Amino acid sequence: MTVVAIICGTMLVAAAVLSLVRAERGPSMLDRTVALDVFVTVLVGGIVLESAVSGRLDTLPILVVLSLVGFVGSVTIARFAAVEPEGEGRVRTAEEIAQEEAARAGHDIDHPMLEQPRDLIEPKDPKGTEHSTTIGAIPQAAKAVQDITGPKEER
Amino acid sequence: MSWTAVADIAAYACLIGGSFLALAAGVGVLRFPDLLARMHAGTKPQVLGLILLLTGEALRVRNMQVLGMLVLIVVFQLLTAPVAAHMVGRAGYRTGKVRNDLLVLDELTEDHFRAPAKPERCEDDHGLDNPARRAKHEPEAPKA
Repeated sequence: MTVVAIICGTMLVAAAVLSLVRAERGPSMLDRTVALDVFVTVLVGGIVLESAVSGRLDTLPILVVLSLVGFVGSVTIARFAAVEPEGEGRVRTAEEIAQEEAARAGHDIDHPMLEQPRDLIEPKDPKGTEHSTTIGAIPQAAKAVQDITGPKEER
Repeated sequence: MSWTAVADIAAYACLIGGSFLALAAGVGVLRFPDLLARMHAGTKPQVLGLILLLTGEALRVRNMQVLGMLVLIVVFQLLTAPVAAHMVGRAGYRTGKVRNDLLVLDELTEDHFRAPAKPERCEDDHGLDNPARRAKHEPEAPKA
C-alpha cells in the first residue's frame, strides 16, 4: 500500500503544481477557471487517496462539498466575472471575431462593409452555392471565414 | 489468494489509474494552446479519474454506507461538470477566447454568418443572451 500511496501522491502533487502554474499564467480568467477546476479535482483525489491509505471515513463529506463548490465557482466566473482588462471581456459579434482572427493571421479587411444590413446585399460568392445566401452576402466576411476555416471543398 | 487481497489489488490499480488521469490533466492544462483544448484535458479526471479513484476507495473500504456516499459524489460530479463546462465554453466563445485557426470544424461561426439578421427587439439588453443587441443599443430618450 505504501508504494501505491507514494506513486499516486507523486502524480497528484505534480498535477496540482501543473494546474496551479496554468492558473497563475492563464491568459484569461476562463483558463484560470479551468485550471482551478482541475485543481479541485486533484484535491478530491488527494483526499480519497488519504482516506484509502489510512482507512478513515470522516473526510468523505468534504468530497461532496468540494464537487458542489467547484461547480458554483466556475459557473459564477463564467457567467459574471469573465471580464478582462483592456476590453478583452466584451461580448463580440461574429464579425468582430472574424476580423480579429483575420488580423491575427496577417490579413486586413475593411470594416464598413460589415455594418451594412446583411439581407440587402446580393450574394456574390459563386462558391457559396449550397447554404450560401448570407455567407456569400458579405464577401469579406466570407473570405475571413474561409481564411479561418479553410476552403469549403476541403471539409 | 483471498477475496480481500484481490479487492485490494484492484483498488491499487484503480487508484493509480485515477492519479495518472489527474497527472495527464495537469500536463494538458499546462501545455495545450487553447481554452477548449484545456477544457478537453481538464475533463478527464473530473469524470473518469474521479470514478476510478472512488472505485478504488470503495474496493478498499468495502462498506455499503460508504459506497452510497461515493455514488452520491459521482452523481453530483456528473450533474455539475457539464453545466460548468457549458458555461465556460459559451463565455469563452463569446468573448473570443476560442482560436479559430486551431479548429477543424467551426459550425457555430458559420451559422452566425449564415443566419438572417435579427429583427429588432423590444426588450432591453440582457447581456450575454442577446449580444447583437448590445452593439446597436441606444438609450431611449427620457420621457418628459
